[in-house]
Amino acid sequence: MRVSIAFAFAATGLAAAPSAAQEMAISVEIPRLKVAEYHRPYVAVWIEDAAGKSVRTLDVWYDVDLKPEDGAKWLPDMRTWWRRAGRSMTMPANGVTAPTKAPGTHSRTYRQGSRPLANLPAGSYNLQVEAAREVGGRELVTVPFQWPPKALTSASARGKSELGAVRLTTKR
Amino acid sequence: MLAKPGLLVLGLALGLSTLLPSEAEAHRRWLLPSSTVLAGESDLVTVDAAASNGLFLFDHRPMALDSLVITGPDGAPVDPTILGAGAYRSMFDVPLRAQGTYRIALVSDGVMGSYELNGERHRFRGSGDALPAGATNISSSRSNSRTETFVTLGAPTDTALQPTGSGLEMIPVTHPNDIVAGEPAVMCFLLDGQPAADLEVEFVAGGTRYRDEPGIVMLRTDAEGRVTLQPSEAGMYYLEVSSSQDAANGQPGRRASYTAVLEFLPL
Repeated sequence: MRVSIAFAFAATGLAAAPSAAQEMAISVEIPRLKVAEYHRPYVAVWIEDAAGKSVRTLDVWYDVDLKPEDGAKWLPDMRTWWRRAGRSMTMPANGVTAPTKAPGTHSRTYRQGSRPLANLPAGSYNLQVEAAREVGGRELVTVPFQWPPKALTSASARGKSELGAVRLTTKR
Repeated sequence: MLAKPGLLVLGLALGLSTLLPSEAEAHRRWLLPSSTVLAGESDLVTVDAAASNGLFLFDHRPMALDSLVITGPDGAPVDPTILGAGAYRSMFDVPLRAQGTYRIALVSDGVMGSYELNGERHRFRGSGDALPAGATNISSSRSNSRTETFVTLGAPTDTALQPTGSGLEMIPVTHPNDIVAGEPAVMCFLLDGQPAADLEVEFVAGGTRYRDEPGIVMLRTDAEGRVTLQPSEAGMYYLEVSSSQDAANGQPGRRASYTAVLEFLPL
């Protein structure tokens, strides 16, 4: 799989980035909650640099196709992401936005040189995962990491209410 | 609870549809929006307009909406839908069809004065051009008041926040829809477009019913007319500033007041 992807980059000219094989894999656990009225949470996954500035929004799970209402209306409930990144973006965003997800563990992989990660410069970063649920709460989970990874590295953090385990694996 | 009943009676006697609040009463005047930070292609905020002592409680009287001025993200006026007035509040909706920041304001600008005729003191409102012949001891003062709030659809913009140059205004240095509890928010006050230095600013957290303390923080504008607001708790806050100069040397007196509602979101 890795080989074929590297090959695909070469074919599209993106292999100009020498580190195209570096990747980060995340898993985000949406806890199953026993509440009277449950709605799947809105979730944003983004990267902040050492200064706390948002540099990449990787994923936004929201009610993309809600009709007749505009599901984007509740994006500011993910208030940290909204202030630092969301409000300046156009929604929906190709390759970033997706429908809300059911309770369970959801995995995503992002590769250097490929959207939405593109070419992330070397540095210290925080992976930020924020969840906000209708008639529910809001929570932000942070996992610090270094880029580019020097070796296979795993880190994780756990939410207390709206998020379960957030795991980040980076590999060179 | 009426602090200045005499003046209120005067207002009624003159049949004023909109009392000049700085002279007519001491209650806090506010516009409370349903949201300040919004998203999507378009949206709407509904706003309550009331005067009261407690924040943000509807318990005194509604604000008249005939002086409502809404400035959209492009600087052009936005038409509200006036929903009406109840005993304690008036209400209107503001359609947000363009991305950016909206300035919602009740603005009044008027002159009130008095004169003597045949030994009796009379009051007038307006320019004073049509006073009866024989009026003496004429004095007047100009009064501006502005009651504001701000809402933003999408990313904050600054076009609607430009000074009008008239009366007492707050020109945000920190965008009013980009303020969070625990971070400094800097606001600059101008009087007729010039920095309003050394004015007292009353800054009060909403939710007065649920605490014992008045929750008032008194600040003072610096030489550039600036103050820094930095509440530790998120919530809706009220701010009030006024300035007053008595008539002197043939110059009319000058009163100006400004109030605003600002929402500090949790970080």
